This record gives sequence, structure tokens and C-alpha cells, in this order.
Amino acid sequence: MTVLEQRGSRNENYWPAPPPAWRPRVDPEPLLPDAEPYRLLGTDAVSRVDSGLLTELYGHLVRGRRYNAQATALTRQGRLAVYPSSTGQEACQVAAALVLEEQDWLFPSYRDTLAAVARGLDPVQALTLLRGDWHTGYDPREHRIAPLCTPLATQLPHAVGLARAARLKGDDVVAMALVGDGGTSEGDFHEALNFAAVWQAPVVFLVQNNGFAISVPLAKQSAAPSLAHKAVGYGMPGRLVDGNDAPALHEVLTEAVERARRGGGPTLVEAITYRVEAHTNADDATRYRTDDEVEQWRGHDPIALVERELSERGLLSDAFAQQVRDGAEELAAGLRDRMNQDPVLDPMDLFAHVYAEPTAQLREQEAQLRAELAAEAEGEAGSGRGPAHETTGKERP
Amino acid sequence: MTATATEAGRKPVSMAQALNRALRDAMADDPAVHVMGEDVGELGGVFRITDGLVKEFGEERCGDTPLAEAGILGTAVGMAMYGLRPVVEMQFDAFAYPGFEQLISHVARMRNRTRGAMPLPLTIRVPYGGGIGGVEHHSDSSEAYYLATPGLQVVTPATVADAYGLLRAAIASDDPVVFLEPKRLYWSRADWSPDDPAPVAPLGRAEIRRPGSSATLITYGPSLPVCMEAAEAATAEGWDLEVLDLRSLQPFDDETVCASVRRTGRAVVVHEASGFGGPGGEIAARVTERCFHHLEAPVLRVAGFDIPYPPPMLERHHLPGVDRILDTVGRLQWEADWTEGSGD
Repeated sequence: MTVLEQRGSRNENYWPAPPPAWRPRVDPEPLLPDAEPYRLLGTDAVSRVDSGLLTELYGHLVRGRRYNAQATALTRQGRLAVYPSSTGQEACQVAAALVLEEQDWLFPSYRDTLAAVARGLDPVQALTLLRGDWHTGYDPREHRIAPLCTPLATQLPHAVGLARAARLKGDDVVAMALVGDGGTSEGDFHEALNFAAVWQAPVVFLVQNNGFAISVPLAKQSAAPSLAHKAVGYGMPGRLVDGNDAPALHEVLTEAVERARRGGGPTLVEAITYRVEAHTNADDATRYRTDDEVEQWRGHDPIALVERELSERGLLSDAFAQQVRDGAEELAAGLRDRMNQDPVLDPMDLFAHVYAEPTAQLREQEAQLRAELAAEAEGEAGSGRGPAHETTGKERP
Repeated sequence: MTATATEAGRKPVSMAQALNRALRDAMADDPAVHVMGEDVGELGGVFRITDGLVKEFGEERCGDTPLAEAGILGTAVGMAMYGLRPVVEMQFDAFAYPGFEQLISHVARMRNRTRGAMPLPLTIRVPYGGGIGGVEHHSDSSEAYYLATPGLQVVTPATVADAYGLLRAAIASDDPVVFLEPKRLYWSRADWSPDDPAPVAPLGRAEIRRPGSSATLITYGPSLPVCMEAAEAATAEGWDLEVLDLRSLQPFDDETVCASVRRTGRAVVVHEASGFGGPGGEIAARVTERCFHHLEAPVLRVAGFDIPYPPPMLERHHLPGVDRILDTVGRLQWEADWTEGSGD
């Protein structure tokens, strides 16, 4: 029932009933999220979580934590220009990747390298942007992972468009679009949700609410009861989930993906989590939050939570724990070794991928750079001359 | 070509009709071409450029979107990522601005950031320019913003045949194209048939619309008819003006431009966009750098004033007109007498 249809409304006899097309879509299913984040770990409902899934999640979480630690270390060695750590948020990253089928697409932001790695992307390719040798180090189509996106929320409409295109082609594809709490203030977030709902596009929006947009806390970001509540206004269900509870996330995201897959349209999932480390290595988090707060969240650690459940089920033997740790060390060692090799770059790549065919002007600039490089090489060989510049248009009439 | 095209033969056709025909032919030729935007469906677009497409191809191929330019462009990016060739309509020049982040941060550089793995074949149709009595925010010439962004192609037709040919080429291009449609030429007509030998014009080539020997008027889009008129009027003064239509601002045809200016020795760039920071400055610099020793006078510009686009009742004072072009041409008599030494 729309507002204008309500019986007993003061204007009942004044306003004619609006034509049907003007009425907003009224979805019979409940769209409002629960008041409290959905949890499985530490509740009776956890018994329905499959042990195989728990151990799989555990392996990914431990590897993810180690990956974050290694990548952060690489920034200190100058091997990475920057690394936005997802330590503390591993459950979101891992669950987002694991609930997707091979043909599905992931739309990560800059903090979501781990999600890309959990989906199977080569860890070095996932770090190309952050190392600075190129913007995207992989073929998005090959892995069905969109380029890591730095501008906030701008990848969300891409996810909607791609999901719609796939549906128009009759392909069974779901898009998983990741965004942070800060990104939910961006216009692109709202436009993406609106388009997705109007088109009933098979998209899942996962908001990783880690409490801060760099230094700005959520209270200064949004006055909504929860970020998941924003779904209602667009006509899609909103779900609120404990973002450090990996099996709960897995369940909620699986439901959302299945809903999208069977044509039920988009879902907005808000995962309440916490960024234990600073925004990036360039940020000083002590300026805007207390150690107490961080410590409190360490007590609600996604790995420890799963560990506790595995122990209670008697599934966390020393041998198994060691095996998982060894796997994580192997990942880190491989990453370290490969990242310690200097990437081989071709300066001519600067001009190769601007247009399908370089323009005449780009070809001129390419020749200029080639000449500069040649002069540089000659200079290094001892001529001492500066770079030579080509001259154009100097012909006399 | 379809049967209707053959029956059509050569007859007076408006630029709007030629654009509509280009969209229809592109959609018929390639099922990946999807038209999207605000009001492009049943209404056929506010300028009727998409008229009848929804009837012929269905809502899935020509669909109304929610009213949000960033959303339209952003979802079109995703559609292109999945292998479609979206053609989006921005309705009016100044309405396209909310889409700038998508355009600059993603559309223009997706090919580049993925090292060529993910080209974006996307056409962004933007009705632009003044002279139709539009109120505020309906008459901007925004080409300089697009030109400042590597990765975009910027194309603007000035003739009915080019409207068809360049739009077909834009849609066929594997790179994103900002396709600027001069609003006030929508209703200009020409005898034209899409069955002409070469209806698809290659992007990046300028065209000499009127050969001349005294000076070159370098222009594009809505200013072409004004320059043609100015050239005719100039003959009374003994001036034989060449008129060059750039057609494509990016890629830029240095070759044709420089060949013309070297021949005539003098050049005036004419456009509606504001002069400061406008395309004319770039064009004048390019011509000067390349043709300095052929120039008999500095390259001059006739552009819109450096003001926000004026209200419609004042726009005639702002837009480059024949008189202002002729006055500027007069200033080309730099030291030397006009009649001697011009051209080779």
C-alpha cells in the first residue's frame, strides 16, 4: 500500500488515486535489515555450519593475514608504493571471493587485493597497481576481476552494467561489488544501487564498514540507522552482518548471490568490521582513534573466532594448525622473493595503450622519448651530451 | 544496405534524421550496439535522435535509464566491459558534467590501465553548443574539457553526411568517442542518401569545405556554416578564404591543417567555446609550431567570450558571427598589404 492509498488519510477525498504507473514498486519481501548484525559464531546456529567450510575459511583467513603482513612489510622496504591493509577485515575479503562461481565477477576497491587473491589471482599481479609498475597487472576478463579501483564507489555502476549486460546476453553471471563505509556517501554508490534495483540486475553490494574513511568516523559519514538501511529506499533488501564472523558472512553473501542468480535482483550487505591497521602506511591512525578501541576489536578477531569454533569441534590439531601456517609462510615467501625482483618496464608502453592505434601526435612523442632514451644511454656511455630533441616544422619556405 | 535505404535515394534529410539512421543501421548491423540514456525510449530523445529505435529493437536495445548521468555512463562502462557497444545520450552539454568522473577516471583510461586488455567501445553522444535559444545550462561548448583528457576521441559533425558517417565510425571504434552533436545544425538539411559510396567517414581526418588562397578558416561543428557564409561574404572584399572543417578534434589532423595553412599563409580558428583555454589556443599553437616560417601573420582566434554561456536573448553577441570573423580576417593583413605575398 502506498502512502497515497492509505485509508483514513486526511486527503482521501481530495486527491484522485494516482495512475498505477506512478506507484512505487512495493516488494512483498521485507527489505529492512535486522537491528543487530547477523552472527553464527558463538551462537547455537553455528552448529549448522559445515566443518569443511570452516576449515576452508580458516585456511584463507590465515593466509590472508600473512599476506597483509607481508605486503605491509614490502612498503617498508620500498617495494610497494603504498598498501592499504585489510588486516582485521580478512573475513569480508575471503567470503566475498569464495561465494562466487567461476563465471561471476568481482569489483574490488584498492583495499580489496586480498579478495582478488582469494579468488585465485596471482598475488604479484594483484599488487601491480600498488607497486607502481602499471595500473592493472592482470587481464580482467581472464580472471573476471575488474581493475582495482581507487576513486571511491566508481566501480559500483560498472558492476551493475556488467551484470545487466550478462543478463541481457542470457549468461548466468553475478557481480560482487565491494565498497567501504566512506564510499557509501558517494553519488556513484546511490546511482549504482538505484540502477541495480530498477534493472533488477544480479549484483551484490558488500559494504565493508570498518568504522573510518581514512580518519573520518562513521558518525560523521552517515546519519542512517545502519548503512544496510540505505537499501530500502532503492527497493532492495539490506542485510546487516558481523563482518568478522566468516561463516555468517559466507551464509549471508551466498544467499544474496543465489537471490541475484535466480533473478531476484540486487542485495545490499553491510559487514561491520574494523581496520586494525592504519588506512595505509602513509596514515597515522593514532591521531583519530585510541589504542583501547583497537585492542577491543583485536578481541573480536576474525581468525580467533573461527579458531575457537574449530577447537570446540576438535578440528584444530597442532598438525593442522602447523600445516595452515606453513602454507601461509610459503605464500609470503613466494611473494617476498618475487617482489624483490625489479619489474622489467618498457617506457614505450606509455604510448601503446592510449588508443587502439596511436595517433600521429603520440607517434611523434614516442619518437621523442626514444631519442631521449638513446641520448641517455649514450650519455651513460660517456658522451656527456644531454638528450636530443627532434625538431618539427622548422623548414623554411 | 536495407531496402528502405535503397528506396530513400537522395532527398533532403536533416542532420537529426541522418543521426537516427546511423544509430538504426549500427544497431541492425551489430547486436552488441545498445542505446541508452534518459528519454531515449518511447519519447525518442528530446531531439528525436533515437526516434523509433525502441519500436524496432525493443527496450533491451534502446532503453530509458534512471535520470543520473554518472549512473548512465558508469553502467555503460560495465556493459562495455562485458562486450557490448553502448551508445549513451547525455541529453544536453551541461547535463553531462555529473558524468565527468566516470568519463575521466574510467572511460578514458580503461584500455590504458589494463594494458590494452580491456578496450571500451563506448560512444557518448552530447548535443552541444548554442544558437537555439536554450536557457541556462543548455548551450555549453564543452569540447575543451574532453580534449584535455587523453584516451577519449572527440568528434563533431558539421554536415548531414558527416553526421551519419562519423557516428557510424564512432560506434565502430574500439575506443571511447565523445560525439558532439551541434544542436543548432540538427535541423539543417542536405540532399543525402546513406547509399553514397563512402558513408562511413574515418575518424581523425579534416576536410576542406571551401578551397581558397588568402587565408584558412579552421573550424568545426556549429561554426562551419558561419565560416562558409563569411567566406562567401569575403569575396566581395577580394579575399579568397579556405574553410577547413576539422570533424575530429582528437585525433587531430595536423597534416591537412598544416598543408592548408602553408598554402594560404594565414589562419583564423573559429569556435563557439570560450577562447581562453579553448581548443583554438591549442590549434593556434600547433599551427604556429609547425608552420611558423610559412605564416604571414599570427594565427588569430574568433571564439566565444570568456564568460559563462549567456542567456538566450544575449547569445548572438557572444557567438562568433560573420562580421566578427571578417573583422578578424582583416587583422591578418599583418604589416604586408593583403594583395601581395599571400599564399605560394
